[in-house]
Amino acid sequence: MVVLDPAHGGADQGARGSSGIAESEVVLSFARLLRISLEAQGLRVLLTRQANDDPSFDDRSKTANAQRGAIFITLHVSSTGKPGTARVYSLAPDGGPPVNRGPGLPRTLLVRWDRAQQGYIDLSRKLAELIQIQMAQRFRGSAETPTTAAVRQLRTIAAPAVAIEVSSVTLPDRTQLDKMAPVLADSVARAVAAFRLVYEAGAK
Amino acid sequence: MSRGLKTTIAILAVLVVLGLITLPSLRRAVQRISATQRTEEQARRDVMQVPVSTPTDVKVKAQMYWLSTSSPASLEPTTIELPLSADPVERSKQLLLALITNAPSESQRTLPPDAILLAFYLQPDGTGVADFSDALSAETPSGIQSEQLAVDSITRTLGANVNVIRQLKILIHGQEVETLAGHLDLSGLFPVSPPSGAAASSVPDAPVTTGAVQTTATMPALGSVAPSKQVPQ
Repeated sequence: MVVLDPAHGGADQGARGSSGIAESEVVLSFARLLRISLEAQGLRVLLTRQANDDPSFDDRSKTANAQRGAIFITLHVSSTGKPGTARVYSLAPDGGPPVNRGPGLPRTLLVRWDRAQQGYIDLSRKLAELIQIQMAQRFRGSAETPTTAAVRQLRTIAAPAVAIEVSSVTLPDRTQLDKMAPVLADSVARAVAAFRLVYEAGAK
Repeated sequence: MSRGLKTTIAILAVLVVLGLITLPSLRRAVQRISATQRTEEQARRDVMQVPVSTPTDVKVKAQMYWLSTSSPASLEPTTIELPLSADPVERSKQLLLALITNAPSESQRTLPPDAILLAFYLQPDGTGVADFSDALSAETPSGIQSEQLAVDSITRTLGANVNVIRQLKILIHGQEVETLAGHLDLSGLFPVSPPSGAAASSVPDAPVTTGAVQTTATMPALGSVAPSKQVPQ
């Protein structure tokens, strides 16, 4: 199961360009295309929002955390950066006590909600690497390695989780972003398919 | 064509002509009002953000982190001369104020020009608390990368110039907020450390007094600034 999270929505449009491009609208289009590509790989897909509404960070996390063995991807469009590139983020360790989660690891009984991602740091990093490699190959100028950042949405996800941020809303119109969408969908689906092998191998 | 219709057309034509005549002056008026508002914002900022000056101020070379000119997705250190206090709290205020106001160019700016540092505290364990006005949250460009660069510019600038700060908490108008501008988590602490390779770590840390706010401490003179280089993100 892959949980796709088109960020923002409703009154929160996210990043907004002077030409009127709204992050919340673009990421919903990205999510719909990505869903098709992932389903073509035989994966089940769930979106945290289907329309122009704005679930809270925790509601989105609840959607993901209710699924067993899920992979979580939150989609964003930046207001800065080199247009036509994409960057993948995972959460950094918070320095707190280790949280043993994920397939093949001894499980602790209870995990603090606000540290839910800490048990999946390594798996998330692996997923981020696989997606970032695809981004570097398909979108010239993209970094070759993923970045760690304190992305709020990732913190409460109890599953391998990454954020993908595409540049940017500063483009004069949506055409270039729309052109990126099918390439993004295909490359992320390939990376997720590769990651699934790692993830499921760990579970056995 | 009836007389009434002719009259109506004539009135409409006159109104259109009047509109065209007054359009340029209306545009100028709108631009003037916009410029005035900007000036008022700056004036308010000037009143609220009082320059920090202490008796121990010494002009030193401070290492500031703004956006790189060659790679805007990363920060690069720039060395500028600043009068900095020996007191780490006042020194931190001076640095953050300079980070907002002394950006070499608009394109290198990491923090919004209207952001105001309302307060800065330093706890005995080396936790700095920077309390900014709403403008930091409202005017930082929304996005993971831009928000991360904003926070990194703060932590790296403090790390390069104030030895005693180990980690930083960012508040907005005295409140803990969930994110900076919709993405970056502000609920936790951001690590603050001297730039790698800097000699700053060889200088003994200033003693930290107990209590929520440190008021006196001896800061080493700056001479330990790492050579300027681009810092990859």
